[in-house]
Amino acid sequence: MSPNASKLSPTPGQTVGPFFGYALPYDGGENLVPPHHRESVRLHGYVYDGDGDPIPDALLEIWQADQHGNIPRQEGSLHRDGYTFTGFGRAATDAAGHYQFSTVVPGYKDGSGKAPFIAAAVFSRGLMNKLHTRIYLPDHASRHAADPFLSSLEPEELSTVVAARAEDGSLQHDIHLQGVRETVFLAFD
Amino acid sequence: MSTETVNLSDRGEGSQDQISGEIQAKHAEYRQKLDAGASPSVQPDLDFAPYRSSILRHPTKNLRHVDPEEIELASPAFGHTDVAELESNLTIVHSGEPLGERMVVQGRLLDGEGRPVRNQLVEVWQANAAGRYIHKRDQHPAPIDPNFTGAGRCLTDDDGWYRFLTIKPGAYPWKNHRNAWRPAHIHFSVFGTAFTQRIVTQMYFPGDPLFPLDPIYNSIVDQDARDRLVANFDHNLTSPEWALGYRWDIVLTGSKSTWVEPEGDEA
Repeated sequence: MSPNASKLSPTPGQTVGPFFGYALPYDGGENLVPPHHRESVRLHGYVYDGDGDPIPDALLEIWQADQHGNIPRQEGSLHRDGYTFTGFGRAATDAAGHYQFSTVVPGYKDGSGKAPFIAAAVFSRGLMNKLHTRIYLPDHASRHAADPFLSSLEPEELSTVVAARAEDGSLQHDIHLQGVRETVFLAFD
Repeated sequence: MSTETVNLSDRGEGSQDQISGEIQAKHAEYRQKLDAGASPSVQPDLDFAPYRSSILRHPTKNLRHVDPEEIELASPAFGHTDVAELESNLTIVHSGEPLGERMVVQGRLLDGEGRPVRNQLVEVWQANAAGRYIHKRDQHPAPIDPNFTGAGRCLTDDDGWYRFLTIKPGAYPWKNHRNAWRPAHIHFSVFGTAFTQRIVTQMYFPGDPLFPLDPIYNSIVDQDARDRLVANFDHNLTSPEWALGYRWDIVLTGSKSTWVEPEGDEA
């Protein structure tokens, strides 16, 4: 970001700390669609530190288009009505460092040639500021080669931003804050 | 990362002098870079070892610069389905009044151009007046206040204003190093008009003597940027016989694409 681009200097971020657990997670936060929904898919994984140890006090947020590629404009993420797709979910990792969401595979509109993804923000005790990343879907592998961002990544980087389809049909996706399998995190221009 | 470092982070070893020395060294290093012509740093350093828990929890590779895609330039919508009016009042959650200095915390949510961000979600959480969180992981021997939970929410209004009624949180000890204390603060979680603007941060109170000692506050190596996390006492926000008042505005990051997408108000 160019420092001259805006008139006001931004408020800096700070770590989410250890005590967000009673304030930010909420009932149904992880269920963008009910788990029994016809098109629901379970997106889950672990968040790891630089020693490869799971992080039990991380928070993940996801934000995505619906299965047709439409960006939701509806409120109601904090109080799910069970029908409206708001596109937003929030889940803390459990004591084992595991998170899960119930959502749909985001669709895409033809024309762009880009691959759709689930936008993700990561927060954790010990992490000074939020981190942004993307979760691409194995369903769209044919579009990945043509996607400008994905095709700019080395193979070992690519695997950190594409979820894997597990045998049970769920989407498995781990986040590594540090280390040889460090997730590709983003800065927006 | 050496095992020694990890153990250090777990055991809360090291003196305040040692931590303060590390902070000062980091700040001196930054000022040298500034003098050499580097542009000011506006966010915390992710790699800031004086905060021991950050050692294994920061990416070591540079963040990948990308143009935000359409979904990242949009943001989840929140409304009255999500947030009830009373959730902005942290003092009425229980049957009795919480202990502590009652205060209004109020400010505007703005984009980088100074335009109000309307109808967006602001969430807060904080310790009670004695410096104790209701969270089960906070076990330090300060009293829990049965009349204070310390979590609230509101939506910004048409001019970008948010407003909470709460009590002033206390400072509290933590285990980063021996005899470590956090300056009093309120955690804020805020959404903008673009998901790229998502921010979680902490608001501090003016004149706190713990500022120079705190590795979290000082992970922002730029003094001007640190100052932007400190609220101002504002007598105009006080209520006679009732509450003190603090003003704190929040400015979201402006990626170039977040303000060329006008909805009614052209820049």
